[in-house]
Amino acid sequence: MSAGQLPRWVDLGLIPFLNLAAAFLVSGLVVVLIGENPLEAVKILVWGSLGYGEGIGFTLFYATNFIFTGLAVAVAFQAGLFNIGGEGQAYVGGLGVAFACLALDHYVPWYVTLPFAILGSALMGAAWAFIPAWLQATRGSHVVITTIMFNFIAASFMGYLLINVMKKPGSMQSETRTFEDGGRLPFLNDIFPSFGFGYAPVNLSFFVALAACVLVWLLIWRTKLGYEIRAFGQNATAAVYAGMPPVRIIVVTMLISGGLAGMMAINEIMGSQHRLLSDFVTGYGFVGIAVALMGRAHPVGIVFAAILFGMLYQGGAELSFEMPSITRDMIIVIQALVILFAGALEHMFRPTIVRLFTPSRALETKEA
Amino acid sequence: MNETPAIELRKINKRFGQVHANKDIDLVVKKGSIHGIIGENGAGKSTLMSILYGFYHADEGDILVNGNKVTISDSKAAIGMGIGMVHQHFMLVDNFSVLENVVLGAEDSQLLAGGLDRARTELKRLEEEYELRVDPDALIEDLPVGLQQRVEILKALYRSAEVLILDEPTGVLTPAEADHLFKILDVLKKEGKTVLLITHKLREIMAATDMVSVMRRGEMVATRETKNTSMEELAELMVGRSVLLRVDKAPAVPKAPVMEVDNLTVTDSRGVQVVKDVSFSVRAGEIVGIAGVSGNGQSELLETLSGIRRATKGTLKIHGETIDLGTSSLDAADMRAKNMGHVPEDRHRMGLINSFSEYENSILGYHRDPAYSKGVLMDLGAIKKAAVEEIEKYDIRPPNPLLKTASFSGGNQQKIVLAREIERDPEILLVGQPTRGVDIGAIEFIHRRIVELRDAGKGILLVSVELDEIRALSDRVLVMFDGKIVGERGANAEEGELGLLMAGVEDSQLTVEGGVQ
Repeated sequence: MSAGQLPRWVDLGLIPFLNLAAAFLVSGLVVVLIGENPLEAVKILVWGSLGYGEGIGFTLFYATNFIFTGLAVAVAFQAGLFNIGGEGQAYVGGLGVAFACLALDHYVPWYVTLPFAILGSALMGAAWAFIPAWLQATRGSHVVITTIMFNFIAASFMGYLLINVMKKPGSMQSETRTFEDGGRLPFLNDIFPSFGFGYAPVNLSFFVALAACVLVWLLIWRTKLGYEIRAFGQNATAAVYAGMPPVRIIVVTMLISGGLAGMMAINEIMGSQHRLLSDFVTGYGFVGIAVALMGRAHPVGIVFAAILFGMLYQGGAELSFEMPSITRDMIIVIQALVILFAGALEHMFRPTIVRLFTPSRALETKEA
Repeated sequence: MNETPAIELRKINKRFGQVHANKDIDLVVKKGSIHGIIGENGAGKSTLMSILYGFYHADEGDILVNGNKVTISDSKAAIGMGIGMVHQHFMLVDNFSVLENVVLGAEDSQLLAGGLDRARTELKRLEEEYELRVDPDALIEDLPVGLQQRVEILKALYRSAEVLILDEPTGVLTPAEADHLFKILDVLKKEGKTVLLITHKLREIMAATDMVSVMRRGEMVATRETKNTSMEELAELMVGRSVLLRVDKAPAVPKAPVMEVDNLTVTDSRGVQVVKDVSFSVRAGEIVGIAGVSGNGQSELLETLSGIRRATKGTLKIHGETIDLGTSSLDAADMRAKNMGHVPEDRHRMGLINSFSEYENSILGYHRDPAYSKGVLMDLGAIKKAAVEEIEKYDIRPPNPLLKTASFSGGNQQKIVLAREIERDPEILLVGQPTRGVDIGAIEFIHRRIVELRDAGKGILLVSVELDEIRALSDRVLVMFDGKIVGERGANAEEGELGLLMAGVEDSQLTVEGGVQ
């Protein structure tokens, strides 16, 4: 709309940077309030997440989750849909991974299991998005409401399955049996020992996530379907004029979105936990919304935003360890501030920036 | 005649950007009269009334109420001065009762109960005084539109309005309801109220008003006593003798019909019939123009034929194939596949995606064409090449296919749409408002392209609210009024006559000439 033509580096670089700076400034004030040195805190946070191999490994592990959930939100964004259900879709996606691993791990190596796990997680995640998508497309029931409801249904449904159906006999944990080697992705530490990732759970699914970024980019900007998704998201009336069926676009977009969210389970279940367990998603689905917003719904932006949030997760854990007065809750406050400034207040600095970068061009008279 | 007028406007001016919506408007409305304001859509009637009701502020000029110069800052101030308005689209809360709606915004205390009782007494008095009977406890959603309008009038009277503005009040009414409304207006007049009636229907002006003022293109062109004027005079004043657009074209050489529409009826989402049993044909090598004041079903007709909107019933014969529009589920892509191009009436809402670049818009609707694909991916090279060719051929400026469409001027945006639709070589082209908001140079260019397409033997259906454009381009003119085709004229149709047809005067009342349906 009014945002017109800002230089790309301003739009994609300066504005996110300012948002981030504001978030850290306010976080710094909070740190001062509880009597710690904010500069020291920043040092610990950055060193803890990027300063040594294992820290980097954890950062990338978390980032992998965020890439998947961020892409999921971004794809839906492109069609003007707000998929809040990444949490539930990822959780149910775990079922697809577990089916593949439990069925195959005794018989084949991991690289045979992996395609089935990817397919399974995407199918289950997509299936979980299907009903909200269908209701939106045909009945106009808003996906924001229905996907969030489906998060609760997913939690109860998975709880039921894990306790009553899939639990390892004789165990008191609500989880399946541990997968054999055929159901475990190699850790990056084993592939690239020289990086010194140590005990960090970062695994091969990091590359699956990067591949997903490339595929999503191709889909959105280089295929007919992507063209239709973007057209529908920007101007639904024009999309109908162009003969694009809204029902199909909404449903297909949500299926892709749900599938991407579901694929997050590969990293957690096949890459790190090696068993399906309850509540393994723990907020990654929701943070994916912030990642997508901050990454401006573009795969490249999402990779950067995902790494940033990975840093906050990992560095935050170190911080609460090093500075006991900064508790886990404080870390969540800082994360929330980043989400607030990068997501909800994304447009706070924009009008000023636009004015600064379009100084002389007087108000263009609007065409009637 | 020295009585102070209820409302007096002096030299009112209002501009929206480059559009001069009201130019030096003078208006005197006598107390206790029914004063009509008539003009085509876009003549500036609604802008003027919005200024009087405080929605807009005049750039220049004075408003006098009862002889006193006033500033009307908002609608509350207007009501305070005794000016009430009944909007074209009712401002009622559907699930509130009549009484609650009347009181809404005029409650005299935080607690409703006592106020409601007083309001009920007052409402009863008003109902009797003005013969406006409505059940105060009925829910709005249960009332027919005629009664809903009565509630709107009661709302204004309850706020002790002395001047009542009615904006196109009969648009939603049946003829019987409209007659009843006019009786109510008469009673209001007898009780000393002043009524301003905004309409584009001549018949209503003649039936209901004492005085009539005519607006055209933002100017007040005449004020007459209703009994001293005629429909013909008013129609001529409304349409005016504006600069004629000249399009050089040879007489049409029409061949076989390329499109035949039979008994087409379209119902909108509110359940109102917007196109009523319309039949016509378009032949190869002719331009058929559909004239009419906007909102008389032309938009819906275009949308239905292009596959965007569903019809209730009717058939479309195209390429020898008969399609039952009432049951078919053809969408816009299917119609394009039948060689039908469509330049939509509203390029911003429908014809373009403003945030897309020019080349992306140059394939909107044709993006599934295999020529633009390489395997599963789109062939951006081919798309850009085609876009550059169109840019050259249609002189689209700036000639940059990567530029966002929103950055082009109105005329160039329209050329993008036109290039896209014409260059696919359609057998039939549906064109809506091809030159709305477009500068003169582009208008000429666009008109020439349309005529060229006709001369290439294609059939063209043109919808425009610009009578000049219809007359300049069309080989045959159909006039739509109230969802029906009310008349057909040849290429040299008289402007005044078309104007009368557009205003709803029956064809049989006009001198019969040319083909009458």
